[in-house]
Amino acid sequence: MTENVLKTDNSQTKMLKNDKDFVVPGDEIVKSMEYLPGRNCFREGDSLISKRLGLVNINNRVISVIPLSGVYLPKVGDMVIGEVKDVQSNGWIINMHAPYMAFLPLSGIKEFVDTSKTSLSKIFGVGDFLYAKISGASGDSLQVSMQDNMCRKFRSGQIVKIISVKVPRVIGKQGSMINLIKDKTGCRINVGQNGFIWIEGEKEELAKNAIKLVEQESHTDGLTDKISALLENKGGKK
Amino acid sequence: MVKREDGRKPDEMRPIEIKAGVIKNADGSAMVKFGKTIAIAAVYGPRAMHPRRMQEPDRTVLRCRYSMVPFSTTDRCRPGPSRRSTEISKVTREALEPALFLDEIPKTVIDVFIDVIAADAGTRTTGINAASVALADAGIPMRDLVASVAAGKIGKEVMVDLAGKEEEETSCDVPIAYMPRSKQVTLLQMDGDIPVKDFNDVLKMATKSCEQIYKKQKEALGERWIK
Amino acid sequence: MNIQEQFIKDLASKGNRNDGRKEKDYREIIIEKDVIPKAEGSARVKFGDSEVIVGVKMGVGAPFGDKPDSGVMMIGAELSPIASPDFETGPPREDSIELARVVDRGIRESKMIDLEKLCIEKGEKVWMVFIDIQIINHDGNLIDVAALAAVTALHNSKMPTYEKDVVNYEKKTKKLPVRFKPITITVAKISGKFFVDTTLEEENAMDSRVSVAIKDDGNICAVQKGGDSLTESEIHQIFDLASEKAKELRKLIN
Repeated sequence: MTENVLKTDNSQTKMLKNDKDFVVPGDEIVKSMEYLPGRNCFREGDSLISKRLGLVNINNRVISVIPLSGVYLPKVGDMVIGEVKDVQSNGWIINMHAPYMAFLPLSGIKEFVDTSKTSLSKIFGVGDFLYAKISGASGDSLQVSMQDNMCRKFRSGQIVKIISVKVPRVIGKQGSMINLIKDKTGCRINVGQNGFIWIEGEKEELAKNAIKLVEQESHTDGLTDKISALLENKGGKK
Repeated sequence: MVKREDGRKPDEMRPIEIKAGVIKNADGSAMVKFGKTIAIAAVYGPRAMHPRRMQEPDRTVLRCRYSMVPFSTTDRCRPGPSRRSTEISKVTREALEPALFLDEIPKTVIDVFIDVIAADAGTRTTGINAASVALADAGIPMRDLVASVAAGKIGKEVMVDLAGKEEEETSCDVPIAYMPRSKQVTLLQMDGDIPVKDFNDVLKMATKSCEQIYKKQKEALGERWIK
Repeated sequence: MNIQEQFIKDLASKGNRNDGRKEKDYREIIIEKDVIPKAEGSARVKFGDSEVIVGVKMGVGAPFGDKPDSGVMMIGAELSPIASPDFETGPPREDSIELARVVDRGIRESKMIDLEKLCIEKGEKVWMVFIDIQIINHDGNLIDVAALAAVTALHNSKMPTYEKDVVNYEKKTKKLPVRFKPITITVAKISGKFFVDTTLEEENAMDSRVSVAIKDDGNICAVQKGGDSLTESEIHQIFDLASEKAKELRKLIN
């Protein structure tokens, strides 16, 4: 453990962990009232302690932990990829590998449907993969909608699954990583925040390998260079 | 100093091996070896709770299932739950529960499955060590890791991690689970006959050993995630 | 049908697979022996991400009435809930019972274990051989992985001794009397093509499968079909493919 003393205005604060250090639940990050607990941290007495396995992130006075594992926790506005598990009289049950099943109500789709004439399974059937938006997430009630312009049903291509906490790395800053992969492979790719990723194109295999590499090496430096190298060596566009 | 069956010092545990991430299908997993005892733990969840009547409206339910594989023991043990395994499942749950934040995702369940594939004393404590690493590996929010070991007394000597014939010779056997940072005991059982004042020595040796196990648990998680 | 299944089927129709293998390719096979200290024999076998541990335990019991001078063999399988989000606790389901019975038939019908040598006292006492299959991680082809693990474990089993009505597990002097190496190969049909060593993803997309246990002399000693119907010529093709692969896998057992 590296110990590092940070001078602040009026006190000496003992940092027990530094930015980007690996922590497990229960690891003390700092003993000080000068800092505030952010995501995946909690305070006990003077100490700020990690709640999750991950990497320390120090942002001014807020300390948080970026998790390396864990199930997807839905947030309103997230784009996700889910699989239709059941068709009911007023909507669809969607599995997106979150702690709860999601519901897509009839009112959540763009088309008007006369339920007396059309069976809902004609619109989306069991086993269909949908690109949908989380429209409600409170308590155990989870709702998705297909009204956003990006929403659709996938008719071909393949689904790759990764750990959801790695999704931000697969997307990259302002989409830099995913755009790199799209450019070099020529594939169409939709990333669900829940870790389901849809790929279609000539070089699906290459795109999949690149995404899997990001997932495995998400915590390492120089990731963009590694991915560029992989994509160029394996016959992607230069 | 009494010489132990396998030549260990009184406060010396058997060789310990911990590996995180051993089951690809699980959300988190770990294998822990204490000498010839081997436990594998897998964590699934938090996920939707079925049957629904077992849901808790305001919290995540922790469900533990401890099981001994038929070939783990000298005399083949029958597969399926027994009174013993049902009790151990319950105390395992209570050993882990204090370490978890269970109020964040209501109406769900975290399943912890422990398979003891080789049994040579200390199966419940080895199982708890594996489960704790598996929970952290799964990204479950926790206050601390849980480390677990048994201590006891043979003659006048306090000893940790009893194994082999020592279990028969001991005047008491105290398995504990412990959260080393917050110094809280989460599992406490005892069989035997011992004066109260000696009990403290037994407890002290067990908690000291838990701190060593804790270090190895952290190392195993580091090896899994930061290569 | 879901697009992932469609994707697997489309690949299969060209003889391709999601992980880059060809029809007749196995995943990396890892075999470890003697992994369970208290078992009479044991093996951990991995085909890619599918992992199985088999332990052999022995005891003394009464023979079956119709075979008073023959030892008893029993095989059990547990699809432990540690191995898959879809496995549940509780009594064994169809899948685990079928798994145990298919592995059982391959070993029993090949007469791999010389059960007559396991008689202690005719009609009274014989050795019982318990073979327990424990699934650690499920990524398809469990029958073949379990069968290979069981045969490997049996070939490396040592018998405890029986003295004055007590089994002494500390003293293991003799090897378990085994003689053959039956190999079970499961061939899956996907989009009209035949594949060995299917992953879970492929099993979700497959039309049918046939498990064939093959003896050292090339004879077939057990068969189990699952899924959709097959033509006679397809069955011949499956047997030919299984026979070819069995020879390769047999070399891995020692």
